[in-house]
Amino acid sequence: MGIKNMKETDFRDNETLELFRKSGGNILLTSVDALIDWGRSNSIWPLTFATACCGIEMMATGASRHDFSRFGIEVYRASPRQADVIVVAGTIVNKMAPVLKRLYDQMSEPKYVIAMGACAVSGGPFYYNSYHVVRGVDHVIPVDVYVPGCPPRPEALLYGVMQLQRKIKLETIANPRKSANT
Amino acid sequence: MKEKILSLVPGAEFQENKQYLTFLIPSDKMHELALKLKNEPEFNFDYLYCLSGVDYPKYLEIVYHLESTGHRHELVLKVRTAGRENANADTVCDIWKTAEFHEREIYDLLGIKFNHHPDMRRIFLDEDWKGYPLRKDYVDEVNIVEL
Repeated sequence: MGIKNMKETDFRDNETLELFRKSGGNILLTSVDALIDWGRSNSIWPLTFATACCGIEMMATGASRHDFSRFGIEVYRASPRQADVIVVAGTIVNKMAPVLKRLYDQMSEPKYVIAMGACAVSGGPFYYNSYHVVRGVDHVIPVDVYVPGCPPRPEALLYGVMQLQRKIKLETIANPRKSANT
Repeated sequence: MKEKILSLVPGAEFQENKQYLTFLIPSDKMHELALKLKNEPEFNFDYLYCLSGVDYPKYLEIVYHLESTGHRHELVLKVRTAGRENANADTVCDIWKTAEFHEREIYDLLGIKFNHHPDMRRIFLDEDWKGYPLRKDYVDEVNIVEL
C-alpha cells in the first residue's frame, strides 16, 4: 500500500502522538496553544541544506509535481536564522558534523529536525566498513522525525513533514519544546 | 600509436585486451613520456581526464587516463611504485594542472607521495589523520564497524 491510498484513519493512527493527546489543561492556554501551534505548524520553513542524493529528492518534493508548499513548508531559507526546520538530507561525514551542529545552533527557536533517508537515520549503507561516516545524525543533533528510505520518495518526505506538523500541533507555550502533558 | 609509444619508452609494456590502449610505464620514464605526449603534435594529449590510484598486494599503481581533444584519441598509462612503504612517483601536475588535486587525493587515501608536487598535503581528511584509509590493510578500530 502506497502513501497515496493511505486512509485518513491510518494516517491518524500514531500511538506516541495519541498518548500526548490524552491531556486536560487550562482552557485559556489551550486556546492560545491551538492558535500558535496552528500558525507554527503551517509555516515551517526549511533550511537549504542537503549533502547527498536525498537532497535531490527533497528538491523534487519542493518542486511543482509534489510541491510541499501546499502544506505550508513554504520557502527554503538560505540562512539558518530564518529557518524553522532542518531536513538533514544525506550522509553526514565526520568532517561535516561540526558544521551541521553549528547550523543547528544558529537556528532560532522553535526549531525542528527531520532526519531524511537511511544515512541520516543510521549511517545507512555506510554503517559497516566505513571510516568517516556519522552513524545517524542523532549523534549530533536531536531529531524529531525520522524518514527512512534510500532515498525516500517525495511522498515519504511529505508524510514525515505532516507527522512533524502533528507533533507541533501538540505543543504548549506553558512548556515549550515539549508536547502537552509529557 | 602503439609502436610509437613503444619506441619512445624502451621499457614500456603493452597490456592486451583492455578497453583502451594501455601501457605499463617504468616509474622513472613517466614524466619524460608525459611531456612528449602533451607537446608533440601527433599525440597532443591535452586532457588528463582521470588519475587514480590502485592498491595491490605487493605494490601500488597509478593509472593515467589521457585524451586528446583535437585528435579524439585516448590512452591509458599505468605506473607501479617500488613497494607499499614509502611509495612515491613523479608528479605530472606541471604538465596537466588538474593532476595537482588528483595527486593530493591519491596521497590522502592511498599514501603515494608525489615528488616535486608543489603542495603535498591531505585534501579531504584532517591534517592529523593517521594512515591511508583506502588501503586494504587499513585498520581503524574506533570508527569502522566490521561486517
